[in-house]
Amino acid sequence: MATEFHNLQELRHSASLANKVFIQRDYSEGTVCKFHTKFPSELDSRIERTLFEDTVKTLNNFYAEAEKIGGQSYLEGCLACATAYLIFLCIETRYEKVLKKISRYIQEQNEKIYAPRGLLITDPVERGMRVIEISVYEDRGSSGSTSGSSSTTSSSGQ
Amino acid sequence: MNLGIKEHMRECEYSQISTSSSTPMESPHKKRTLKRRWEVFPGRNKFYCNGRIMMARQTGVFYLTLVLIVVTSGLFFAFDCPFLASTLTPAIPVIGGVLFFFVMGTLLRTSFSDPGVLPRATDDEAADLERQIDTVNGTSTGYRPPPRTKEIIINGQTVKLKYCFTCRIFRPPRASHCSLCDNCVERFDHHCPWVGNCVGKRNYRFFYMFILSLSFLTIFIFSFVLTHVVLRSHSAGFLTALKDSPASVLEVVVCFFSVWSIVGLSGFHTYLIGSNQTTNEDIKGSWSSKRGKENYNPYSHGNIFTNCCAALCGPFPPSLIDRRGFVVPDMVQPTPPTNGVTMYGATQSQSHMCDQDQCIQSTKFVLQAAATPLLQSEPVAIVDESSLPGRTLTGSPRASLPLGQPTPPTSSPNLTCESELLGHEAPETYPHLLTPEEAPSPPGMLPCGSPVGHGHNVPFYNPANQDSLHEDSIRGLVKLSSV
Repeated sequence: MATEFHNLQELRHSASLANKVFIQRDYSEGTVCKFHTKFPSELDSRIERTLFEDTVKTLNNFYAEAEKIGGQSYLEGCLACATAYLIFLCIETRYEKVLKKISRYIQEQNEKIYAPRGLLITDPVERGMRVIEISVYEDRGSSGSTSGSSSTTSSSGQ
Repeated sequence: MNLGIKEHMRECEYSQISTSSSTPMESPHKKRTLKRRWEVFPGRNKFYCNGRIMMARQTGVFYLTLVLIVVTSGLFFAFDCPFLASTLTPAIPVIGGVLFFFVMGTLLRTSFSDPGVLPRATDDEAADLERQIDTVNGTSTGYRPPPRTKEIIINGQTVKLKYCFTCRIFRPPRASHCSLCDNCVERFDHHCPWVGNCVGKRNYRFFYMFILSLSFLTIFIFSFVLTHVVLRSHSAGFLTALKDSPASVLEVVVCFFSVWSIVGLSGFHTYLIGSNQTTNEDIKGSWSSKRGKENYNPYSHGNIFTNCCAALCGPFPPSLIDRRGFVVPDMVQPTPPTNGVTMYGATQSQSHMCDQDQCIQSTKFVLQAAATPLLQSEPVAIVDESSLPGRTLTGSPRASLPLGQPTPPTSSPNLTCESELLGHEAPETYPHLLTPEEAPSPPGMLPCGSPVGHGHNVPFYNPANQDSLHEDSIRGLVKLSSV
């Protein structure tokens, strides 16, 4: 365990934040939560276009599902109104349930696809649903440096 | 070896998750109390009950509203209901009671909830936006660039998105910056001093239910108090009746004046809901056909029924500002910037000490999206304050909004909340330029939003090492997958 931990410490010094790419909201369909699926040029060398677009499209679908106005949302709304909105103290809204699904999906995508490529997606809900923040990491390749956590490297990957 | 490391990471990960999720950053020998995010919130809001309740800074008028409703209803139940219940039917106090509780419930819900405040941009986001804007405009040479706008097409209609200098974001469509609360609010309707809060995306339905039920309550009390007086005067004469129940006079007076404004306001908002507009848009005439033949509301669903259902029974969005989450203690310091330099060193050492914890911060973060905001959007008041002098150039066309602007007939009555709304569209300058003072108040209207003035923004330590902490914090995850 100690040996593994020691190795982990060494490995930890190997990656550094190079850049952050922001995927902005797409308002062409109104105020529904939707992100641009346009592939940013900074990620050109890091990840395949199709993988990226799939991720964003799936996220868009999740948000559309959360904000869908239909039978279930009406039922929820009417029930909430009838109980003077006290029902929200007990149960979760549909939106919150979908947000949890989204965060699980993002975590899974990070583990399987993005982290191996030195990228990390931040859940949009932590950025006020304004952007999908993708952190781009450069592997420095060296290990064991004690002054490891240097200050931000300015965007070298621009 | 790889597997071993992976397993260790997983154990590390799981053990971190199983421990208390709210205070991951505490080292055993650093006994610093963690602040909740509401305590360092950059807007001009007041928080109560440890962040559960959120209101605007000026709440005096809200208490007046409470007093008016409670006292009038109380007098009704105490003085009129006994007579009415015995003479007519006991259903009267029952219905009155139900209405009263509904009014109070929706009022409190409107006043205490987050109207849909947009959190301010992180430094990285703001820098990225600045870069994009500079690329488009050409790099500015030091003087304040002109107001930044972005044109987009929504459902075939051209809409301009404005850049908010305070929050450092391009405001989503229908969002607006409230100068009284100093926040950008989604689907901003207006700032209502009577409920002591902004009315926006998240609390519009409560607000509407409030004014609707209050209309019914007011009409209910008014009509039954009149009935009471009339019935009494049949047996005892008018003046004797008034002497017997003096409270009725007060109730009639209050209700008479309230009925016109409240019922008018309800009617106005019913129209707004049916056409899917905000008060803001209606006052500005954004979607009025007078602006141009091709001008239409791109957000409307087409028919009144769908618009109503969408506004009142639509999905309930969650709050984007995590009021009760914990602030990572070494990232935000609510102290003057002079302390920032010394804190830098301390921050560095703490980051090393907490490396183990931080290594899977973002994994946890991803797992518990809103529950434990360990990486947070940083409000940067320092930048804002330094750019204050330039902000007056943002020139949103707020100044050109007279109340006499052509609007649909239903909006013509001097509705109490409407005159306040002009305050919200002020340029993002500090409150001494408060616009509500310009709005001609209807008779009997209390002047809203007295200038709040000073130092609302607590200067925050702007950590240059935020990214190094960030990088520390997710290295484990990156390495987990890359080895």
